[in-house]
Parts: sequence; C-alpha cells; structure tokens
Amino acid sequence: MGRFLSKRITTFVATLAVASIVVFVVLELLPGNAAEVMLGPTATPEQVAALQRTLGLDRPPAQRYLDWIGGLLQGRTAVSVSYGSPVSELIAERLQVSLPLAVMAMVLTTVIALALGVYAAAHHHRAGDLGVMVLSQAGLAVPSFWLAILLILLFAVKLQWVSAGGFPGWYDGAWPAVKALLLPALALAAVQAAILARVTRSAVLEVSREDYVRTARAKGLSRRAVLWGHVLRNAMIPVLTIMGLQFANLITGAIIVENVFVLPGIGRLVFQAIANRDLVVVRDVVLLLAATVVLVNFVVDVLYALIDPRLSARDA
Amino acid sequence: MPEPAFWRRAARHPSFVAGGVLVALLGAAALLSLFWSPYPPAEIDVPNRFARPSGAHWLGTDSLGRDIASQLLVGAQNSIVVGVVAVGIGLVVGVALGCLAAARRGWVEELVMRASDFTFAFPALLSAIMLTAIHGPGLFTSIVAIGIFNIPVFARIARASANGVWSREYVLAARTAGFGAWRITLDHVLPNIASVLIVQATIQFAVAILAEAALSYLGLGTQPPQPSWGRMLNEAQQQMFQAPQLSIYPGVVIALSVLGLNLMGDGLRDLLDPRLARAR
Amino acid sequence: MDAPLLEVSNLRVTLDTDRGPADALRGVSFTLNRGDTLGLIGESGCGKSITALALMGLLPENARPAGSIRFDGQELLGLDDTAMCRLRGARIGMVFQEPMSALNPLHTIGRQIGESLQLHRRLSAAESRAEALRLLERVRLPDAARRLDAHPHQLSGGQRQRVVIAIALACRPDLLIADEPTTALDVTLQREILDLIDELVREEGMAMLLISHDLGVMAERVQRMLVMYGGTVVESGPTAEVFARLSHPYTRALHGARPRLGLPRGTRLATIAGSVPELADVPPGCPFADRCRFVIDDCRRALPPPVPVGPAHDARCIRLPVVLGEPK
Repeated sequence: MGRFLSKRITTFVATLAVASIVVFVVLELLPGNAAEVMLGPTATPEQVAALQRTLGLDRPPAQRYLDWIGGLLQGRTAVSVSYGSPVSELIAERLQVSLPLAVMAMVLTTVIALALGVYAAAHHHRAGDLGVMVLSQAGLAVPSFWLAILLILLFAVKLQWVSAGGFPGWYDGAWPAVKALLLPALALAAVQAAILARVTRSAVLEVSREDYVRTARAKGLSRRAVLWGHVLRNAMIPVLTIMGLQFANLITGAIIVENVFVLPGIGRLVFQAIANRDLVVVRDVVLLLAATVVLVNFVVDVLYALIDPRLSARDA
Repeated sequence: MPEPAFWRRAARHPSFVAGGVLVALLGAAALLSLFWSPYPPAEIDVPNRFARPSGAHWLGTDSLGRDIASQLLVGAQNSIVVGVVAVGIGLVVGVALGCLAAARRGWVEELVMRASDFTFAFPALLSAIMLTAIHGPGLFTSIVAIGIFNIPVFARIARASANGVWSREYVLAARTAGFGAWRITLDHVLPNIASVLIVQATIQFAVAILAEAALSYLGLGTQPPQPSWGRMLNEAQQQMFQAPQLSIYPGVVIALSVLGLNLMGDGLRDLLDPRLARAR
Repeated sequence: MDAPLLEVSNLRVTLDTDRGPADALRGVSFTLNRGDTLGLIGESGCGKSITALALMGLLPENARPAGSIRFDGQELLGLDDTAMCRLRGARIGMVFQEPMSALNPLHTIGRQIGESLQLHRRLSAAESRAEALRLLERVRLPDAARRLDAHPHQLSGGQRQRVVIAIALACRPDLLIADEPTTALDVTLQREILDLIDELVREEGMAMLLISHDLGVMAERVQRMLVMYGGTVVESGPTAEVFARLSHPYTRALHGARPRLGLPRGTRLATIAGSVPELADVPPGCPFADRCRFVIDDCRRALPPPVPVGPAHDARCIRLPVVLGEPK
C-alpha cells in the first residue's frame, strides 16, 4: 500500500505542476501583453506601462511563474485589478456559497442516483426499469441551465415559494441560505443523477450476474442480504470511479448554475472577472478549480484501492 | 456503406428510429434555414413584442419583436456547425493519437495517456473561460475549446480498441509477414474500431450541443446578431415574469436535439455490436 | 425403511427465450436416499446444471419449472423464497464449477465461510471464526490460519475450490450437490479434490448428487448414475451395471468416444457425429434420434418410455434389443 500511495502522490503533484504551467502559459504568455488585454483597446501606453510595473509583468516569465507559485504555497495571492482586494479574500468569500452548493448537489445526486439505479436493476425487464431509463434519458438531454430556469418558473414565479435568485448570506440564520441553495442544488443534481443512475443500474445488473452472487444465494442468504452484503459493495467500484470523473462536470455545472441564480460564488466570480478582463482573478481561480478536480480524482483513486484489495496488491 | 441487412435491422430498432427522426429534423431545419426562414431572425419589430403564437408568428415573438420560430430555425445551424467541427477535431486528432499510442506502445503510449488524463482536469467550460479571457467571446472560441476537450475522449477510446485489435491473431500474422504499423493501422485497426468511434461521435455531438448552448447562455459563445439557442434562453430568463413562455421553446429544441443524438447513439451501439449481430 | 431424502417426479423446466419457449428439462424423475450417491452425466446443454439449479430454487428468471421435487417430504417447487433460504446452505449445499469466480473478491475467506455459519447455526463472530478455521483444516487448505484473513485473489484455483467445499459443508447439510467441481482444475488436482469430497460426504453421511461430463469421474464415485441428453434422462441404473451393459445408444457412444491410453498410434479419436441441438430446436420423439446409428422412423414419433434393462436399471430406447445385441 505504501508504494501505491507514494506513486499516486507523485502523479498528483506532477499533474498539479503541469496544470499550473498550462494556466500560466495560456493566461500570461499567450496574450502577448497581458496588461494590454486587461485594460482593453482604449488604454494609453502610459497606463499599460504602469499596470505592467504594478503586476511585475516586465520580469522574465520563469521568474514570474516561480513568484506566483511560491506565493500561492505561502498563502499569498496577487491583488485583483478590478476588485482591489487579494484574490484569496475573494475566493474565501465566494466559497461560502460554492462549497455548500457543491456538497448539497453531491448528496442529492448520490441519493437520487443510487436509489433509482438499484430500483431499476431490481425491476429489470419490468415497468420500473423502463421508467427509470426514460427518466434518465430526459435528464441527460436537458441542459442544466434550462432545468434551472424551469425550476425558477415553477417555484419562484408560479408558486412563489422561493425567490428567483440571489443569496441572503449565512449571518441571518442557516435556513434562508439553505433555501436559496435548494433549487440550484436540485438543478445541478438532476443532470448528474441521470448519468449516475444509469451507471449504478448497469453496475448492479452486472454484479448480480457474477458467480459469487450465486454462491451467496446458495448459502441461503435472502435476496436483500445478498444485495446489501455482496452486490452493492462490489457495484460501488465502477460507480465511485464515475462519480470522481463527474466532479469536473459538477464544477462546470456549478459555474453555470451560479450564474442562472445569481449566486455570489466562485462560478460567478470567474465569470465577472472575464467580463472585467481581470486576468489575475481568472488565473488564480482557474488554477483552484483545476486543482480541485485533480485532488478529487486523487482521492477517488485512493478510496478505490482501499475498497478493492486486488488493486493495492498489484502495485505493491 | 453498410449492407441492406443492416438498414433493415436498423429500421426495426426503436431507439435508432426515434433518434434518427429527431436528428434528421435537426439537420433539415439547419439546411432549410440556409435558404429560408419565416422572417429574418434578427429583424426587430418592437411594436409586436411578446406576441402570442399566431398565423403570422408561429411561436410568437420575443422582447424585441423578433420571430421565435425563425431564431430557432437559424439557431440550428450553430448547433450543427459546432457539433460537426468540434467532434471532427476530436475525432481526427484523438484517433490519430490513440492509434499512435497503440502502435508504438512504450513511452509514446504513456505520454499520450498522461496528457489525455491531464486534460480531464480542465473541463470544456473552464478551457473556454480561459480562452475567452484572452481572446474574447465568439463561436470560434467555443468550437476550439470544445474541440480540444474532445481529443482525449477519442484518444482513449481509440487506444483501448486499437490495443484489442493489435492483440488479435490476424494482426500478429500480418506483422510476421512484414507489414508495417502504418499499413496495419490503416488496413486492420481503423475498420475494426470504426463502429465504436461512430457511436462515441454521436454521443460527443450531443455533448457539444449542450456545451455550446451553455457557453452561449453565459455570453461566451455565438455573439449577436447570429441567433443561438443558449443565448435565447438567457434573454428569456430576463423576461421571466412578463413572458414565461419564451423560456420554454429554446430549451425544448436543445433537449430534443440532444435526446435524438443520444437515442441514435444507443441504437447504433446495439446495432453495431458484433455479438448481437452474429446472433441473428 | 426411511422415506427417500430427495424425490424428483417428472420435473420439467421451460425457458422463455427470444425464439419462444424452450424445454430445458422434459420430465426428469429420480430418487435419492440418505447417504446415497448419484451421478448425473451428459454433454453441455443436456440439462444437468438446470436440474441442480432447480433443486436449489436458483433457476434464472425466465425459467418456468413444473412437476415435483420433494425434499425430506417437503415440496420445494412453489415454495416461497424465505423458506427456500432456510434450506439452502443448511440442508442442501452446493459446490459450483468455477472456483476462480465463486468467491466475492472483496471479502476475506474467513468472512465468506462465517456468513453461512452465522446465518444458519447462529454462531457468534468469534465462534464462527474458530469453526471456519476448523473447516479449512478439514478441507486440507495449507496454512489455514493465515488464509482466514486472506482474499480470494491470493489463493490458487484448487485452494479456492477447497474453500467453496468448506462453505458448502459448513452447516452440515443432508445433501451435497457438486456441479462439475473439478472441470476447471488441473488434472493433477482433480483426483485430490474428488477424493476430498468423497471422504467428507462419507464422514458426514450426506447424500451426494455429482454432476459431470466425464465418465471416468462417475465410474469410481457414485453408486447410481443418470445419463442425460436433450433435457431427458435416457438411461438410469447402478453405475457398474450401466458401464457393463451400455444399453442406451448415447451411453454407448459416450463410452466409445472417451480418449484412452494404450491405443495404437494413429488411432482416430471416436466422436459422436452431429452436435447437441439448441434447446428451442429439440425435436419431438427421442432427442438423440438425429445422431443415433440405430435410429428408425418410430424413434421420432414420441419420447420413448423407460424400458427395464435390469433390476433398478432402465433406458429410454425402443431399439434396445438391437443395441444390446451388438458388441461394444
């Protein structure tokens, strides 16, 4: 297990490093003169030169990259051009919205998908299975932002149970904040759950056909005991992998959904930063998001090895 | 071209038929809109804004009096173009890389696979965001971002399938007979992995349509005056209280196109599966 | 005299397939007393595994059984699953063919044996661990104490099959069904494993139903045997008798087709011409008709009834006098 872990950790760190280089190259080197891009075509040469000096853009690229990374590792970020505060502050503020949203969406997704997937597998070749498959096809085809708009139409415009967007903050009590995140989380979860339900269903069906399930039945275990003790745990392996891969989709979805509901989260931050041409913010936030995806994949890999004893044995 | 027996089986497969009809409608709409639409989609007619569906405007008009039906029709062009080009990029480059990896093995394979694994850290939207930040929004940016993201998808599938072909006995025979990797790839690998790639291409087409719609919704994709379903939804959202019906149409069209492609892909997967084909 | 432990009467199983209903079993009948051993022999597709699954109540979803299976006086067909679960493992144990995939890769060996013990014998975790160890030693698994905490992928095929046997016997069932227990193992192991099964069955006084496609396996290990073809029992009788007389044409052909040592070089291996029919295509009448060298028109009219060949020994063939008249 030790060797497996160290191998994985090296890959993780290497991927992070490469990701940061890519982000740096794309956002700082490619545009040619980053200061020009940020200020737009109306800027005067003096303004451009001034910004260049403030941001330290006149130094050689390698040095800028190392300064940037070094700063990040020490918890220091640059100051946003458009907001005037350090990017880290902005991110911390926005995380108060994005993190709970992501967690709620993940929980909803998992619960819905596992329930539907197992139900469909248990009713294979019958109406229940068909119903779930049709539902999941619909879920796959519907854009998350359209679903979000439809949910707003129904719950905010028609029924008026929630507001059509915005976020009240956590300081006036948790419930109004959670209420504001419910519809967004649902919109996010619906699409993800459609994919995951299908994966769960086929994983459960495949595992149910395995010989060791037959052995378990031959021991006298009831169908329910076999489902919980043998089928589900083994079926979780492919399901977990897909969940990890889907995390990237979750981030994408969250960016979109935050904009639909006008939630002051990371997604909206990066979006506004683009509108303001604030490359400093874009650079740091994009790296953060990419790093999160890499981290989640790493965690999934490790969990995978913990669950399946065959894997760690192979790399040992 | 597949033989008539294939088309006969295909005609009886419910998913394929349903999906095929929807996709054909999409294609027909895009084609038709090149020559004709009820109104010029960008034509503004403010006195007639928020009109209900009628003989004059089949689906009504939007906040600026533009005809909804025309916008939907012309917007289909977007979807087709993005789908074809982005998937095309992914297919050509991705399959080339995947076949290269399978043929050369060793460090080439490692490199290609690591690079494609790595690209998954940057979802299409994130890449589009980066590109837009430096380049500005537009159809071209969306296509490039989505296309780049398609490359590792096809590279992985191509490599996995190609590896399967390389280990087959007739390829071993060809290698002993002295045929080079290039020949073998062209003669044996490509024809055998074609069906898997076709199925994946239909699925990626659907993904591309969704991605383009999301980017246009955010304002990062197609810019006005070119109509785009995603942007229509954004505009509709701003009129949610006055004209809720505007939010319905573009979403339905997107969903139907994606559904059609997904169903067709599922159908193709069943039809092209060699095990099922032999069982007939 | 006790009532028989297992009484199967006219067992029929129909499978719903894409091509319509197919008869997997067409009226199988046999009895098994406590402590007796019975063999079921036939090629793949003849219905022997379906018979075993029917006895366990583990038929696939598209199977429709009919007829009667009485175990210790209780009718099994139509029994609800909860009642069957009480019998499975506790009164009827089963050993399957594929040891490599018969064990859950995520659970330890000890846990997989313990599952049975805790379920039927209500042992505590500690007790079941001790008992599992004892069982592993009984099936002669080397290094048993350490293997308790091992996972299946750490064991070889033969070792896994020993574990499967241990699981099947854990609750001391009255009947052991062994479905091709050694087919997937090396020849060198086959004898060891079969000997082990014999020994354990005798020690516990269990009845055994041994299923195989290998005549050699049958010859030494079962008191009676049933020869199956096309979903029917075509010959049944005491093993020694069946081998001595080779009454049914299929039995005879099967015997003739086995590879033997000591034949002159260049001798072709005998085969049975034709192939086993698809379940949905089995014709009315004798299922072996299309491959039999004694066939006449009457054979295809109806399924031949069992004709006595000796005491407790019969065969379904209307051409027996001709067959028996020929040298083997």
